[in-house]
Amino acid sequence: MKRKAFTFLGVLVVLSMLLTACAAQTTSTPTVEPVVPATAAATVAAIAAATSVAVTAVPATATIQPTTTHSSKEIILATTTSTRDSGLLDVLLPIFEQQSGYTVKMVAVGSGAALALGQQGNADVLLVHSPAAELKYMAGGFGKERTLVMHNDFIIVGPTADPAKISSSATAADAFKAISDSQSVFVSRADASGTNAEELTIWQAATITPTGAWYLKSGQGMGDTLRIASEKAGYTLTDRATYLSLKDTLDLTILYPSNNKTDKSLLNIYHVITVNPAILTNINYTGAKAFADWMVSADTQKLIAAYGVDKYGQQLFFPDAGKTDAEVQ
Amino acid sequence: MQNILDGILKAFQLLIQGDPEVIQITLLSLEISGMATLVSLLIGLPIGTFLALEHFPTRRFWISLINTGMALPPVVVGLVASIFLWRSGPLGFLHLIYTPIAIVIAQVLIACPVATGLTISGLQQLDPRLRTQLFGLGASKMQMVVTLWKEARLPLMAALIAAFGSVISEVGASMMVGGNLEGSTRVLTTAIVLETSRGEFANAIALSIILLGLAFLVNTALTALQQRRK
Repeated sequence: MKRKAFTFLGVLVVLSMLLTACAAQTTSTPTVEPVVPATAAATVAAIAAATSVAVTAVPATATIQPTTTHSSKEIILATTTSTRDSGLLDVLLPIFEQQSGYTVKMVAVGSGAALALGQQGNADVLLVHSPAAELKYMAGGFGKERTLVMHNDFIIVGPTADPAKISSSATAADAFKAISDSQSVFVSRADASGTNAEELTIWQAATITPTGAWYLKSGQGMGDTLRIASEKAGYTLTDRATYLSLKDTLDLTILYPSNNKTDKSLLNIYHVITVNPAILTNINYTGAKAFADWMVSADTQKLIAAYGVDKYGQQLFFPDAGKTDAEVQ
Repeated sequence: MQNILDGILKAFQLLIQGDPEVIQITLLSLEISGMATLVSLLIGLPIGTFLALEHFPTRRFWISLINTGMALPPVVVGLVASIFLWRSGPLGFLHLIYTPIAIVIAQVLIACPVATGLTISGLQQLDPRLRTQLFGLGASKMQMVVTLWKEARLPLMAALIAAFGSVISEVGASMMVGGNLEGSTRVLTTAIVLETSRGEFANAIALSIILLGLAFLVNTALTALQQRRK
């Protein structure tokens, strides 16, 4: 009877151990249990042993993924969803990691959230596209350097039928006004991202406060927001890169600016910001600086210019290293 | 419709070819959730047993607390764990945020109340006279507990199954504390979210099929063990 109880306990533990795929390090203890005589003392020992296995086994996970243990060779990059969803960083980061020896932990959030992570010292380096918010961030002393990396442009996409007739609009503000006047569905990021900041600037220029059932707030990244706009047959403001990389799965076309032109007032400018190491003691400034410098190096800028050309038939990002903001605009 | 067919075809393609990334993500998911389940059980079993068998003044309060914890939303756990584990947080010095261990910790917080709660209800379902009888036969407290565990092995296995199920399927906490980093904290659920937002539906469906298959396999194994006749 008692033996069976121990067998059961043993099986339970062994099974759990197997699940963890750490069986090699831990099976020795549980397999002992069934042969231990059934005394109260043995049970205590078995439980204690099992507990100690758990305690020692937890750090073992870290050794399975050596790249994830903390070291000065690791940096946290907080970036926008557009650089991830467009696939650009999937190409760039492995090359940087290989060349520099740093491991980059990329957290893709809206620019607003990325700046907040930086402000609290929870990231080492930021790649963002929300100029006004960035300037405020720098003025607050949360950043060390802010360097121009690249740009592309924002576009307004919507259903081919274009119910609000925005394709003939002269400016982005006119297009937004047409959408608002016709009460056509518009999906806003509403997540304090760079794209969201740009959208709100345009509404402001159009002197409209968007409210109503037609104005949807997704609160999600660019990819998800495009998907919602597509499913709802609505309009949205997007960066060109994310749109082009998802185009095939969306029922959305570029409606403004028409004829594949670029509206100079809708430029989407990305900066790399190193977080001020004075904020928190364990910020990896050296790594952040290495990443920032690498992003604006000649070779990386070539990679940025070439990204997506073969796949999408046009350039997704335009490298701007060495230029000033004014020169880009 | 085409999406769905493509997805299913691609899923089998990835499975048959043994795509290394898919295998890595699958093993990592198993490893993290298995570890979390194990730790939850090692915490939940003793605490649950204690609360089920001992009578003390605040006992009801603790049991309702644990029962509430069984419905703990993973995103809330993710948020709390993030706040603690971020560098700016009280446990920031451990450098655990965006590591597999951070996910294990968050998942333990999710699975622990499940394991504890089901242990309590499993043991309380037993005939109370069994305990009296065991004491009458001169069993020590430890012998009694072991016998009760043995008697309640079906509900205890159910606790294990439920604890594993609650963490392998959870996405909110893994995303927040793990960061969905390729090769280190990208698990099946977070990979599915990413592939969907990238419009790679075929990959998302493939990973979903693997997740379902995995949950089915693990549960089949556990159920077989649970339903095994003496």
